Amino acid sequence: MSIAQEFTKGLWKEIPPFRLVLGLCPTLAVTTSVENAIGMGVSVIFVLACSNMLISLLRKVIPKEVRIAAYIVVIATFVVAVELLMKAFFFSLSESLGIFIPLIVVNCIILGRAEAFAGKNGVLASAADGVGIGTGFTLSLMSLGSLREIFGAGTFLGMSVFGPNFEPFAFMQQAPGAFVCLGLMLGVMNILGRPKVAKA
Amino acid sequence: MDYFLMIIGAIFVNNILLGQFLGNCPFLGVSKKMETAIGMALAVQFILVLAALIAWVVERYLLIPLELEYMRTLAFILVIAALVQLVEMFLKKSMPTLYQALGIFLPLITTNCAVLGAALLNIKKEHDFLESLVYSFAVAAGFGLALILFAGVREKFETAPVPRPLRGTALGLITAGFMSLTFFAFKGMI
Repeated sequence: MSIAQEFTKGLWKEIPPFRLVLGLCPTLAVTTSVENAIGMGVSVIFVLACSNMLISLLRKVIPKEVRIAAYIVVIATFVVAVELLMKAFFFSLSESLGIFIPLIVVNCIILGRAEAFAGKNGVLASAADGVGIGTGFTLSLMSLGSLREIFGAGTFLGMSVFGPNFEPFAFMQQAPGAFVCLGLMLGVMNILGRPKVAKA
Repeated sequence: MDYFLMIIGAIFVNNILLGQFLGNCPFLGVSKKMETAIGMALAVQFILVLAALIAWVVERYLLIPLELEYMRTLAFILVIAALVQLVEMFLKKSMPTLYQALGIFLPLITTNCAVLGAALLNIKKEHDFLESLVYSFAVAAGFGLALILFAGVREKFETAPVPRPLRGTALGLITAGFMSLTFFAFKGMI
């Protein structure tokens, strides 16, 4: 596969969290607004690209038996960097994302890519894979975030969409709305792509 | 009384899975069969409480005196990973029957965000040691309760005529949404 293909597969064919059902917690938790979704998405792109590159560079050095622990240390290091950068430059965003920034460490997408891709492939391909999957994740978060913000609060990026007479559908902003909305989107994705039949 | 409110709050009102969105990957992943759900619930109950308490001690007696609070994320995840590994080795040696029951779930717990989440929430809410113990226990019980109830519902779906595109995870998420709505009713209790 070429570098370009490694990048684009993350945008549709393996787009998380729809095709790869991983990383659901941040997807559900931070998508109350588009702004939060973008903040989370960009942090994930950064961590995923950096950790993929470093792990790919170190793949011949890390012994097989302790690789998961080594991956987690690499990922945690970049997450701490994101945490500090965000506190320094985007304080209000870091407050609204709260504990979901440190929890990027346990976002299974990142560990999943390290294990499935970066541990076996070259640096450039791993970087492309990281940025691609990260961008796909951001797009998913943004689409779910847009739906929930437009219908749940009547705004898009803080701007009013339906005018002052709109009665917001508060269900969408709350926890149950997040689950139902993501479930329906997954259903729509299954209709558009090849239908994924659950194993009995 | 405070402890009672804290327990009710953590199990029902702010349920870790349905209210705070932590630990959703195992929630959807292992909830297809009742047996695996119970195994996971027990393993989480055990590890979560232990990990949260050790994380609390690390924070109080290591990170704060050394002024290394910004390393909290890294320190906590190392504590959890090491703990899971130790527990796995210990169980394998001394309690093989329990190991057989929990075995495959233990490695998965390292990346269960409910565990790291509970440890971080204890610090954020400035709990003392006893409060951390009670809170983590309640959080883990809430996780187990939601997981086992959810597995019961999902087992029934195996035989239901569900539209093809919604089968599997999609229907799981929608069901979780309605369960979360039911748990919302407990808000009136506090």
